[in-house]
Amino acid sequence: MAIEVRIPTILRTYTGGEKAVPANGDTLAKLIDDLEANHPGIRERLVDGEGGDADLRRFVNVYINDEDVRFIGGLEATLADGDQVVVLPAVAGGC
Amino acid sequence: MVAAVRAAPRAPYAGRVLTIDRATHDAIVAHARRDHPDEACGIVAGPEGSDRPERLVEMVNAAGSPTFYEFDSTELLQLYKEMWDRDEEPVVVYHSHTATEAYPSRTDIGLASEPGAHYVLVSTRETGNNDGPVEFRSYRIVDGEVTEEPVEIVEQLPARSAV
Repeated sequence: MAIEVRIPTILRTYTGGEKAVPANGDTLAKLIDDLEANHPGIRERLVDGEGGDADLRRFVNVYINDEDVRFIGGLEATLADGDQVVVLPAVAGGC
Repeated sequence: MVAAVRAAPRAPYAGRVLTIDRATHDAIVAHARRDHPDEACGIVAGPEGSDRPERLVEMVNAAGSPTFYEFDSTELLQLYKEMWDRDEEPVVVYHSHTATEAYPSRTDIGLASEPGAHYVLVSTRETGNNDGPVEFRSYRIVDGEVTEEPVEIVEQLPARSAV
């Protein structure tokens, strides 16, 4: 099972410059663990906390097939072979 | 060490100047004035690697706030997919400050995630919704480090060079 994960510019240091990398997992949490195994350090940029306390970072957006995962279960969102995952940092700020 | 690696994927700007055409500059200022006292935000896309701000995309400030801006997450994805389809990237990322100077705040710096972009700040604190002078300044923000750069306003961007 392979899922393509689109990596934003700011995180491509973890993927050797690759814009997209394959990963596996039937939930987003497992997919991110698999990403971490191949691209150490990337999990910490996406997720805050461990185990049951883990959550996506506030200013990181992850989409599964164009749906913001916050609306479909967050880290527990389910994945199937051929799904497309996109990671995009929020464009945000404030005075 | 991480800093050097992160900056590497893109070549540094020649001279590190933001060169922008007057019409795009004026449209960004008009957007900031229109949305005052809330912060306005958007991007100017250009061909990847060109450093040419060619296509202004005004975004909705989903925060609808005088002190914060954020692109709506669904619109953010649409925007990036459109840019990927067109082999574009965000050359300029802009937003306004409505009560403070046109300088990146701590939050702006902490959340900046496009190391190759020109971060443009417009301040409407002096004139609000009205005509008059506004601050229009540009920065690079890489790994928490802010570098201001000159802004050169031209009537038209120079013709695309053959690469």
